[in-house]
Amino acid sequence: MTTSAFVGPPATSGTPFDGPDTVDWAAATPDAPQPHAELGLADDEYERIRQILGRRPTQSELAMYSIMWSEHCSYKSSKVHLRQFGEKAPHSDRLLAGIGENAGVVRISDQVAVTFKVESHNHPSFVEPYQGAATGVGGIVRDILAMGARPIAVMDPLRFGAADHPDTARVLPGVVGGVGGYGNCLGLPNIGGELVFDPCYQGNPLLNALCVGVLPVDRLQNKAAAGPGNVVVLIGAKTGRDGIGGVSVLASATFDSGSEARRPSVQVGDPFTEKLLIEACLEIYDAGLVVGIQDLGGAGLTCALTETSAAAGTGMVVDLERVPLREASMDPHEVLASESQERMLLIVEPAKLNAVLAICAKWGVLATAIGQVTPPENGVPGRLIVNWKGQTVVDVPPGSLADDGPVYARPMREPNDRWLLQADRAETLPRPADSELRDTLLRLLASPNLCDKSWVTEQYDRYVLGNTVLAQPEDAGVLRIDPQSGLGIALSVDGNGRYTRLDPYQGARLALAEAFRNVAATGATPVAVTNCLNFGSPEDPGVMWQFAEAVRGLADGCLELGIPVTGGNVSFYNQTGTVPINPTPIVGVLGVLDNVAERIPMGFANRGDTIILLGDTRDELSGSEWANVVHNHLGGHPPVVDLDGERRLAAVIANARLTSAHDLSEGGLAQALAESCLRKGIGARVELLSGQSAFVQLFSESAGRILVSVPAGAEDDLLALASAHGVPATPLGTVGGTGLVVDGLFDIPLDELREAYTSTLPDLFGRGEQTEPDYVPPPPVVATPAEPEPVAVAPVDAEVVPEPHVARPADLGGPPPAAATPPAASPPPAAPAAEGATDE
Amino acid sequence: MTAAIGVVTFPGSLDDGDACRAAYLAGARVLRLWHADPDLHGVDAVILPGGFSYGDYLRCGAIARFAPVMESIIDAAKGGMPVLGICNGFQILCEAHLLPGALTRNSHLHFRNRDQVLRVESTGTAWTGGFSPGQEIVIPVKNGEGRYVADAATLDKLDAEGLVVARYVDGNPNGSQRSIAAIRNPDGNVVGIMPHPEHAVEALTGPSTDGLGFFSSVLRHLAAYERVTTP
Repeated sequence: MTTSAFVGPPATSGTPFDGPDTVDWAAATPDAPQPHAELGLADDEYERIRQILGRRPTQSELAMYSIMWSEHCSYKSSKVHLRQFGEKAPHSDRLLAGIGENAGVVRISDQVAVTFKVESHNHPSFVEPYQGAATGVGGIVRDILAMGARPIAVMDPLRFGAADHPDTARVLPGVVGGVGGYGNCLGLPNIGGELVFDPCYQGNPLLNALCVGVLPVDRLQNKAAAGPGNVVVLIGAKTGRDGIGGVSVLASATFDSGSEARRPSVQVGDPFTEKLLIEACLEIYDAGLVVGIQDLGGAGLTCALTETSAAAGTGMVVDLERVPLREASMDPHEVLASESQERMLLIVEPAKLNAVLAICAKWGVLATAIGQVTPPENGVPGRLIVNWKGQTVVDVPPGSLADDGPVYARPMREPNDRWLLQADRAETLPRPADSELRDTLLRLLASPNLCDKSWVTEQYDRYVLGNTVLAQPEDAGVLRIDPQSGLGIALSVDGNGRYTRLDPYQGARLALAEAFRNVAATGATPVAVTNCLNFGSPEDPGVMWQFAEAVRGLADGCLELGIPVTGGNVSFYNQTGTVPINPTPIVGVLGVLDNVAERIPMGFANRGDTIILLGDTRDELSGSEWANVVHNHLGGHPPVVDLDGERRLAAVIANARLTSAHDLSEGGLAQALAESCLRKGIGARVELLSGQSAFVQLFSESAGRILVSVPAGAEDDLLALASAHGVPATPLGTVGGTGLVVDGLFDIPLDELREAYTSTLPDLFGRGEQTEPDYVPPPPVVATPAEPEPVAVAPVDAEVVPEPHVARPADLGGPPPAAATPPAASPPPAAPAAEGATDE
Repeated sequence: MTAAIGVVTFPGSLDDGDACRAAYLAGARVLRLWHADPDLHGVDAVILPGGFSYGDYLRCGAIARFAPVMESIIDAAKGGMPVLGICNGFQILCEAHLLPGALTRNSHLHFRNRDQVLRVESTGTAWTGGFSPGQEIVIPVKNGEGRYVADAATLDKLDAEGLVVARYVDGNPNGSQRSIAAIRNPDGNVVGIMPHPEHAVEALTGPSTDGLGFFSSVLRHLAAYERVTTP
């Protein structure tokens, strides 16, 4: 190879001029060494790229393959297992879009559909907690937006190391601030999530974010770049050097001591731009101006260009130098790999381009035509050609990046220590005497995983958009979708890494069961599932076995419950050194409420109501919070899961007349009683059964149980209903009083319960409270008249007031009229509506 | 005829839909006003809603105050039109010098959302005439920069002239001086409030329906004006 005749060939590929590596130069220099290993590509993967292209890849192409074939984008280790979600999917006529789309879409009425998905942003959140978490929210919101939906709420399942570890004090406030900062600024209520501490997450916290959106059924969008001749338009933020290699560097490798040097790989979020992007996209959808749309997330333009063209079988010619840049010195491979946030790629018919640009201008959103869709040739899908200042730097079949990445059936092996772990049962640990149960309850109630989470949730706006019916700490978030019909949805996200560590198959089913039960406890009918599978390195056969078992458990469970998985996300390489996290599948379940006014809250509300426990309590303490908090113990078998029993339990709740219903999970009955009392500050008096140990009744974590309260006189109906469904029902006592009283065992005043419950997180992470007493003003010098003379008002001329003109009926969440149009006006009765319900 | 309330949307407004709903539930006709359009379209009163106008990237409300619609609103307010600024709207009113003082970062540095008890101290405004003096109400507070500050002379003047409309009770959520949650101008047509009455208008979705009083008060106020001025 002779490069000496050319100026400045610093890149390892050797360039013919002071510029980027081009396709022509790549063909001319087939043996130039390339840094594929540094970019995470295996030798055989690199060879395959050379075969596909018939030459060595250019620097830009190599960057594109390395990110699209990374674990994060290609699912190369998980694909062979994830197929079960499709193969075992129960039939559902509600599913409008499923796995493989940006997010699953579920029809909830003839006109309205809901789309929801949960995704991870674990590694960025450890490196740079605030921005990592913020952009995690931003990314999932754009996935929902890309389906044609208005995002209407977010949820955040979080995992951190030990609550009292110094690094948790660094990571947690940043993550919570980022989730809140981004979501609040977008105007999306945060309606729930999880906060779990465990030392296994010390060097690898988990930030999963769920977003849910709503759309009229006929506004569903897709990502296919159909229609040769159509224009490729990039809208939103400028492209910078942030996040380059995020998916390949951060999300597809294990952390080591060099983690801090990766901070430039973390993207920086700008929620204001995303808010404008949302409004602009929704206006573009409503005007019917796009053929296809895709968000730019992990892998940035590379992913969006290849996925949209591969989905349509078309090609594309892109003039990359048209992409607006934050830094003029960026090279084409950097532009292609950048993960700058708040960008979307639109496919637009040429005749509609000006209308799209006008809407973007109205919202102050940058919009640039960067290329054109090209037709397939002779039945062969088109090619993606990227030009940079007159030179072709990329010429690839887009499907080879988007769809035909490597697939691995990784070796799997049941971990050697599993039988030891399972033999070490928590049921054999020393148990408290009856006289110690009071202290045990308070100790557990104050433990970081069971205590009040207000320190976190108060940093989130739960009211914005005005349709939040239930939010944390309720069992599930409940949103009103259509105020006229009362149609609503319920959502819960759950997972228990301790159970899954003990038994990945059952642990995944337990996560599904809990999310299902939480949704059912509000009175909703569960209809669909999403998931985020957080595991260690797939190159570790033990982890791969855990993953395969968990996927099998979840797929089997969904089939048994008759609700399909609609989409999800896999996060591998969650480990520190060689030690993986507890396998942590997070399961989200969506439910539908025909009349959201009939939702069932969790708190005791009426003195005199009867408290009844639905479900069976067994001696099941392995993996429990009691074993964790009191004995620092993890071993044995997790609780038995009976999905048919869960379904029958849900049927009882759906048909009963209940004042409250609260799921039993971590912490068992003791925790559920305490939370039901504290929610509205009303006590309870209960009596435990004599045939079973009081300790087991209070602290067992048997699945399939819900604590309910019913109006006096309605007990018999509930008991008969439960009996008809084969669900055990045990009357426990009565709502009322100023404390939690368990007859013969203890009496804890509500104030003492509350103190234990609410002090833990503020003590750990700061109270931030004002300690000064309420200000009492001096009496005013001038008395204010109670009924003042009306102050002067601008003249009202009824003739001048434009008559109500509803441009986008009932879309109160949507954009206001353009300056030139008459203002939209008095909403009809449906108006103060959930966006989207009556959106078209 | 039914009074018309205009709700302004700035880029980054978030609670504009909620303000529309609240005004609608109180019985108003609701018109949406756009930040770039100086025409108020004949509305009888204006609400500046919560949110993060222009991203709040300078100071909260500092850019919104220069929007074309604000020129018209400032003029109208000086002429007596009722204007309610909620949260970010309150910040805009302070930046526009329609109200004194400023809203700064919460003393504990966190965004905080909770159901807050307020004591209504001034009922002589266009927006609070329906409350009784000293009435305690519960509406959500949610802000990151809601800490009211002013110099001592201004605070003394607010107290002395009865210009504090509401104060926080049972805990000050953001470190506001003298627990101030809402203030008014001397004429009583302009009110800025940090908590969110528009989020407490329906039992199903709010902690109470106490917030409705702000919107029904202004309609009653406008009706009274019409009685006075219509022959």
